[in-house]
Amino acid sequence: MENYYQPDMERAPYEEMRALQDARLKENVRHAYNIPFYKDLLDRNGVKPEDIQSVDDLYKLPFITKDDLRDAYPYGLLGVQLSDAVRVQATSGTTGRRVVAFYTQADIDLWDECCARAIVAAGGTKDDIVHVCYGYGLFTGGPGLNGGSHRVGCLTLPMSSGNTERQIQFMTDLKSTILCCTPSYAAYLAESIHEAGLIDQISLKAGIFGAEAWSEEMRRDIESKLRIKAYDIYGLTEISGPGVSFECSEQTGMHINEDHFLAEIIDPQTGKQLPYGEKGELVFTCITKKAFPLLRYRTRDICVLTRDKCSCGRTLVKMSRLMGRTDDMLIIRGVNVFPSQIETVIISCGFEANYQIIVDRVNYTDSLDVHVEMTPDMFTDEVRGIEKKENEIVEKLRSMLGLTAKVTLVAPKSITRSEGKAVRIIDKRKI
Amino acid sequence: MIIKQLSIFVENKMGKLVDVVEALGKAGIDIRAQSIADTSDFGILRVIVTKPDEVASLLREQGYIVRLTDVLAVSMPDTPGSLAKVLRALSDENVDVEYTYAFVSHNKDKAYVVIRVENNEHALEVLANHGLLFADEEDIYK
Ligand SMILES: [Zn+2]
Repeated sequence: MENYYQPDMERAPYEEMRALQDARLKENVRHAYNIPFYKDLLDRNGVKPEDIQSVDDLYKLPFITKDDLRDAYPYGLLGVQLSDAVRVQATSGTTGRRVVAFYTQADIDLWDECCARAIVAAGGTKDDIVHVCYGYGLFTGGPGLNGGSHRVGCLTLPMSSGNTERQIQFMTDLKSTILCCTPSYAAYLAESIHEAGLIDQISLKAGIFGAEAWSEEMRRDIESKLRIKAYDIYGLTEISGPGVSFECSEQTGMHINEDHFLAEIIDPQTGKQLPYGEKGELVFTCITKKAFPLLRYRTRDICVLTRDKCSCGRTLVKMSRLMGRTDDMLIIRGVNVFPSQIETVIISCGFEANYQIIVDRVNYTDSLDVHVEMTPDMFTDEVRGIEKKENEIVEKLRSMLGLTAKVTLVAPKSITRSEGKAVRIIDKRKI
Repeated sequence: MIIKQLSIFVENKMGKLVDVVEALGKAGIDIRAQSIADTSDFGILRVIVTKPDEVASLLREQGYIVRLTDVLAVSMPDTPGSLAKVLRALSDENVDVEYTYAFVSHNKDKAYVVIRVENNEHALEVLANHGLLFADEEDIYK
């Protein structure tokens, strides 16, 4: 049985959704144009607000990037009177200046509703006890799920992050049923609960895990250890916070709340829109938020959009699990190469994910070298046998990327590690 | 006889082979026979030592990838044509020889070789049928 928080939106026929999006987009472009930053940006690109009449016109708008948001610090992108803004959230600012995002009460309401949709999709009802151990404060994780949980009417535990012992105590004593945190913290909690021998005393049935990329294997691991169903959730502070998209019972990608956030996939090189099913950079346009409107914001996240019929009954467009970041993307002989693609090939050939990609330029041609650490399982006494395994990697890379790589098997633990993490990419090209 | 050979993965880089051989030397291990097969990027060092299992764990502790493989050790008179006779006999009976390499011998009348085939028992049978199995195998580990 599927439940919906706002079935009118979540199950809207495509034409209806498009009409709503067209109207909202038109209005929000006009709204954004009142902000000097957007007026200047559109004017410079020769785009007038009235050029944007529907979603089909989206491509005419210039992109904005995180740098633009940083440059606008602190108030450069505030879209309403200060008196109408009620909240600030901010990114962690690990790579320089922070991005601060503003919210009106209506902006917070729609954000809460998006999170409520995620909780209901994960099976949440007002009878549930939602245990939120995302951080609270400037970080959007805690406030977002907290707000969504209130909307659904769940008993909400604003635990915030850390203090694992206390988390487990509340979880067992108050009988939390839905856990919200990062997947890595969920895995850590699961370990700790097992170590404490308390697995039979927890009442969790579902988890909503986001704010970092995680794999299907990790999902299955958390699910079996905590005896729950684990749902992915996606969001960025710039766009609003968690709940930009959320997973349903099918667990094959996240439905985007496209009545608020328009998603596009573009080729990160050319900026051209790509059709459904093609992998590229995710771009969002906020069509309802007023205090911090975003037009064609490049997330740098790589994924695929699909509009196939979903078994949950939702018609909202779906985004795949994140497949990487454009920051990691290499362009080799004109081909976009993601380290994750190379990793997939290496693992499918039986090796482990201990590898290094070395790109160089010899005689004006890019070279791609892939070093893979030998493992005891893959080692045999025969040179030919090992060469066959090397060639299998070369062949699979060729068919996936259309590039010929030189694959070298290296000794275990020989790949440089920096703070325990293997240094994956060495780009020696000087252009 | 059938003996255990250690196959060790080595990168085909300056000094990598020396590192392994030195590690064995430091541990006081006597290498009775060795050969290396290599390509442009990696090599397989094959050695015969007296206590193969112990040496394998010692090397693994040091981070090496080691595999133990059963191989044939065959002794023969140290006269011209002996090895050829052995290989001919195997070839005539369709026994595929992957590789062979020589042994250090303490008996000046005997030569020893390591022979790698798919099926050791079958190869031994072939050699016995051709009257090519000679005694003194104990000498290998002396
Ligand atoms: Zn669905």
